[in-house]
Amino acid sequence: MFDEMYASEGAARAPYAAIARWLDAMAPETLRAKKEEAERLFRRIGITFAVYTEGGDPERLIPYDLVPRVLAADEWRFIERGLKQRVRALQAFLADVYSKREIIAAGVVPEALVMTNPAFETVMQDLIVPGGVYTHIAGIDLVRTGPDDFYVLEDNCRTPSGVSYMLENRAVMMRLFPEFFARAGVEPIARYPEMLLRTLQSVAPPTCNGEPTVVVLTPGQFNSAYYEHSFLADEMGVELVEGADLVVDDGAVFKRTTQGLERVDVIYRRIDDSFLDPKVFREDSTLGVPGLMSAYRNGTVAIANAVGAGIADDKAVYVYVPEMIRFYLGEEAILKNVPTWQCGKDDERSYVLDHLAELVVKECRGSGGYGMLIGPQATKAERTAFAKKIRADPDAYIAQPTLALSTCPTFVESGVAPRHVDLRPFVLCGANGIEIVPGGLTRVALREGSLVVNSSQGGGTKDTWVLRG
Amino acid sequence: MLSRAADSLFWLARYMERMDNVARLLEAAQSMAGMTEGAAEWSSALVASGAEEAYLEKHDEVTAENALLHLAFDPDNASSIMSCLDRARTNARAMRTALTSDMWDAVNGSWLEGRRLTASAFTPERIGETIDWVKTVGTRFYGAYAGTMLRNEIYWFARLGTFIERADNTARILDVKYHLLLPRDEGVGGAVDYYQWTSILRAVSAVRAYQWVFRTEVKPWNIADLLILRPEMPRSLRACYDEIDFALAQIAYSHQGRRGECHRLAGARAAQLRFARVEDVFSRGLHEYLTDVIDRTTQLGAEVSAFYMK
Repeated sequence: MFDEMYASEGAARAPYAAIARWLDAMAPETLRAKKEEAERLFRRIGITFAVYTEGGDPERLIPYDLVPRVLAADEWRFIERGLKQRVRALQAFLADVYSKREIIAAGVVPEALVMTNPAFETVMQDLIVPGGVYTHIAGIDLVRTGPDDFYVLEDNCRTPSGVSYMLENRAVMMRLFPEFFARAGVEPIARYPEMLLRTLQSVAPPTCNGEPTVVVLTPGQFNSAYYEHSFLADEMGVELVEGADLVVDDGAVFKRTTQGLERVDVIYRRIDDSFLDPKVFREDSTLGVPGLMSAYRNGTVAIANAVGAGIADDKAVYVYVPEMIRFYLGEEAILKNVPTWQCGKDDERSYVLDHLAELVVKECRGSGGYGMLIGPQATKAERTAFAKKIRADPDAYIAQPTLALSTCPTFVESGVAPRHVDLRPFVLCGANGIEIVPGGLTRVALREGSLVVNSSQGGGTKDTWVLRG
Repeated sequence: MLSRAADSLFWLARYMERMDNVARLLEAAQSMAGMTEGAAEWSSALVASGAEEAYLEKHDEVTAENALLHLAFDPDNASSIMSCLDRARTNARAMRTALTSDMWDAVNGSWLEGRRLTASAFTPERIGETIDWVKTVGTRFYGAYAGTMLRNEIYWFARLGTFIERADNTARILDVKYHLLLPRDEGVGGAVDYYQWTSILRAVSAVRAYQWVFRTEVKPWNIADLLILRPEMPRSLRACYDEIDFALAQIAYSHQGRRGECHRLAGARAAQLRFARVEDVFSRGLHEYLTDVIDRTTQLGAEVSAFYMK
């Protein structure tokens, strides 16, 4: 197991030297008091996350851990190159599957996997998306198992969330420990909202004259990520709208204002495809905008991320990303995939069923850490039940080895102890290229030994430092 | 600005003002308690806030304890103090991007404090303390928005909400006296009558103001003059309608002069209040006059909504 601070006994690894000194000098009571202060700040600002499926307070805080996670400058440079490469390939894949499908014709990706996939939207066939961009904001989840071993755990090409926590964690860290922070030499991240706005403006449709009008489309204040929606709209200085605030008229999209209708050029939507337009997708959706897809087809509005982008982050499609990189870019993948068995293939399935106790099995359409089996931590009965589900619908499952995720020092009940972490960097892809703010959101599994970092399952977050190099 | 943003800001301000006014109404009723037979002051407080019918569906008789709970705490009463705070926050949260951080902090911070209150904070013994807290919440909100908001459309919609609500409340509080019967052996102008009128002044924080303006003992027509026609009294109907008229004019100005029925209604009422005499109000009947103001103010709210928020 790789601990990012104490990889070997004794001295801390170089990037963590300052953190180690800081932790040594800090009394546990001070940490505890600062942690309480941080929680008060979060509550006060209203940074909450709604968790369904359980009782209690519907507006819960995501636990925030005070000890930052650190990446050295050269580590980040490596990750950044890998992310840009990967997102370029995912972009090329999306443009291809919704037009000529060359990658299928070449036999690299199986036709059925794409064409019968629920994430594949036939309405997107040959639709020209403004700026040619499909996945304007991609969240690529990374895990680490050694000094040089970074793996992509999954891609998120629909509406990845969490960037507001990345920004607020930094703001809180700077407020609680201003002097420590000032000395540490950390790359700033506060430019993210500005970069996001620039990215969104860059894909304004050709029909737009003058400065593009961008809006953030939210399902409303009862959505679990509502805080993030309002935060991003606020930081970008654009309007936060709900479906009912928008109307399609004469082939274009408008917002309802106190002075009548006003034209909208770019919609950063935080609503799933299936709710976007009741005339095309779910008829019962009250969150969407009737006629939106016809305006999209007319090319009068840009939607970020593009409708149908989910086909690129499907867990079964994930297996083919290294080959996509080879096919579209003629390069070898910089960031590795986790070895993955596809239960839809007979030989791979029988391996999975024989080794359930060692593997993590995931539902291809699941997200948020739901619908998965962690073999080593499951009971025999749980494994038997899961095996039955796999046999009933093999195509719906993939399996991966249980990775020894890296750990970082984390402040828990018993003091500072190692806990498993992952990293979600946010990759911005506009008409003029790809940009990434240094770092991302580090999620931490707070329970000892746990590998599940999802906030819907009791995971917490940390500030992520990329050191200036 | 988005129509829905205008709607949320308007209602945020209305609910905060309503919360404050219910607290003042309770304070007035509390100070009148014991002066009349039964619990007449509580019945009149229920009538004045439009909550009597809902109250009687739940309770057989009016008691101080139950009336306090109903008007201050009951989540089923949409205009109870705690419901108002809850709805204010819902509106604030729906349009956080239109609020300054101080405004959000005032609403959300108060809501977090309010969440900790239990029914025990609304008993006759402890209500005084709770009312003081509610008034602080109202002042904090008002201060945050007066002190930090840009003077643009958003601000004027909030002002509009505040003063439409306040006009409605002032009319209702003044009308309480109409519903309050004097004990059988007490005459008009007697000690109880006097005390009841003073309590109305207290409910709008105007006891001192009355003395400054009139320098004479409390007389009903002076109180009516103060709360209906005096421009210098910040809760008078005249002052409220001057503010409403001005806020609507500011909004029209920022919309290149676009006006509708709401502007006409507000202007007509503001002019009427500017030139009316207190004798006219009394000759028509105070209660009839106030009922008309309440109805027209409701209509004005509906016209504002139809013109800007649909």
